[in-house]
Amino acid sequence: MQDVTAQPGTVSKLKPKRYKSSSELKKRLWRNKYLYVMLIPGILFFVLFKYLPMYGLIISFQDYKPYQGITGSEWVGMEHFKRLFTEPDFIKILGNTLILFAMNILLYFPVPIILALMLNELRGTFFKRFFQTLVYLPHFMSWVIIVSITYVMVTMDGGIINELLSYFGFEQVNFLLNPGWFRPMYILQIIWREAGWGTIIYLASIAAIDPGLYEAARMDGAGRMRQIWHITLPAIRSVIITLLILKIGSVLDLGFEHVYLMLNSMNRNVAEIIDTYVYTAGLRQGQFSYSTAIGFFKSIIGLIMVMSVNKLSKKMGEEGVY
Amino acid sequence: MVEDRSLGGRVFAAVNFTLLALIALITVLPFVHVVAGSFTTSAEIAASKFVLIPKVWSLEAYKFIFSTDTIFKAMGVSIGVTLIGTLFSMFITALMAYGLSRRDLDGRNVVNFLVVFTMLFHGGMIPTFLVVKELGLIDSYAALILPSAISAFNMIILKNFFQNIPEGLEESAKIDGCNDFGILFRIVLPLSMPAIATISLFYAVTYWNTYMSAILYLDDSAKWPIQVLLRQIVVLASGMDHSATLDAAVPPPDQSIKMAVIVVATLPILMVYPFLQKHFAKGAMLGSMKG
Repeated sequence: MQDVTAQPGTVSKLKPKRYKSSSELKKRLWRNKYLYVMLIPGILFFVLFKYLPMYGLIISFQDYKPYQGITGSEWVGMEHFKRLFTEPDFIKILGNTLILFAMNILLYFPVPIILALMLNELRGTFFKRFFQTLVYLPHFMSWVIIVSITYVMVTMDGGIINELLSYFGFEQVNFLLNPGWFRPMYILQIIWREAGWGTIIYLASIAAIDPGLYEAARMDGAGRMRQIWHITLPAIRSVIITLLILKIGSVLDLGFEHVYLMLNSMNRNVAEIIDTYVYTAGLRQGQFSYSTAIGFFKSIIGLIMVMSVNKLSKKMGEEGVY
Repeated sequence: MVEDRSLGGRVFAAVNFTLLALIALITVLPFVHVVAGSFTTSAEIAASKFVLIPKVWSLEAYKFIFSTDTIFKAMGVSIGVTLIGTLFSMFITALMAYGLSRRDLDGRNVVNFLVVFTMLFHGGMIPTFLVVKELGLIDSYAALILPSAISAFNMIILKNFFQNIPEGLEESAKIDGCNDFGILFRIVLPLSMPAIATISLFYAVTYWNTYMSAILYLDDSAKWPIQVLLRQIVVLASGMDHSATLDAAVPPPDQSIKMAVIVVATLPILMVYPFLQKHFAKGAMLGSMKG
């Protein structure tokens, strides 16, 4: 990315570098020997835990048997992938995944932007800091903690939400086992946990806006809302688009932990997503090859999504993420 | 922001302030509720509908959860994994980030690309599980650390931070006879404390919150970290699964006990948060820069 030789105009200057004698290259490599030593643990990590699993994807074309290993297992071609698209279960979990993703984009994504705009309008750094400290906090709680708090609050066994419902004369609701409540709870938990943290980057880019623009707008008689609409929002447009790309790129990556923790036998129909299905089918039921094929499918869709959305944003004149 | 003293401006500010106060309240109320609930008896929770400040204070729940050594052990595992994991991750992340931050390193673009690529595409849960298994890490604490030892994202943040340190400093150190390790540990790292603090916090929180690796790689319930135990006690405890939670003879834990476990599992984060909070806003902004 930052390869200087890629820049037009500097080519002629740097050309000699290409023809450098191999002894000179050796000298440079030797001079940087400690740097290479430094890279070893990191490279080892990426090879072992990132690239070896990518190689492991080939078991999705096999009938993988743990005792025979990758080299000994039988090849079955595209069989598992064919099964994927004919299996009604898979169509259902793909649907569930896409619905949760759509909720993420429509209901969660705008919240940090709005929250950042509101925080930015606060006078006095004390209150600003104070609010930020409070709304950042849930981000650091694990999903287990967030889900646990939800459980003790909504349980019918004396949870505060149900107590309040009956106090005001409503019927109690079994939020945890009622499939209709899974999606609303899912998105509320995400907003609750991440909305505050999501404001950081927006606040930073708002802070970089030239205050002169606001002064000029005020001279022209623009009120607060108009200033937000005509100055702040356009100024953070590219940040919004960048974050949207990242979000869309993770289309099928809704987070295993969160959903897995909320999943139970009653809400499985709406709550089972690709990640949780891979876990159940793969590790619980031992269908290694089939669930690897599902995971493979998911990773490829993710990659295609990021690349295409990125391209699209570049076409629209934005920077893109890479 | 310049003050706007017009009537409209004042109304705007007041409404905005009120809304934000409300949002902040909604954010913290659940925690307050849980903390308060953990310090009272279950009878009190059942009797008074809304506990924010308990009428009857009680340590009953805490006495109960610490009456067996299950929680102590799980806390020990979590603390150990967090300390060792964070140190290890910081160490190898910093080494790699520094190596890659040096523009004169041949091949850095290739390595960079290979790192970024892992953020776009990955092998997924099952192949990773198989690798961990083949390496013989199942049921070892190392399985909670090694497979997630470097976060590509954290590494890139740190690399970008290192790149912004003036090269002259490194060069003069070199002239003074420092090798690359010396430059990293004596010059670059001390200058990077805000970034180091931020990323350490990120790693520490991740390790403390470790749940998925534990359920994937640990079959032995005696090795469970606090997060897995918390789930056993709060989520599964409605009589569904008693294996290796608290004693099987004990009835499903009631509200105040569940709340106490939640507090215990959250406490360490609440304790480090104020100290590191000033750093991470800065650190997250570094993360938004591209490189």
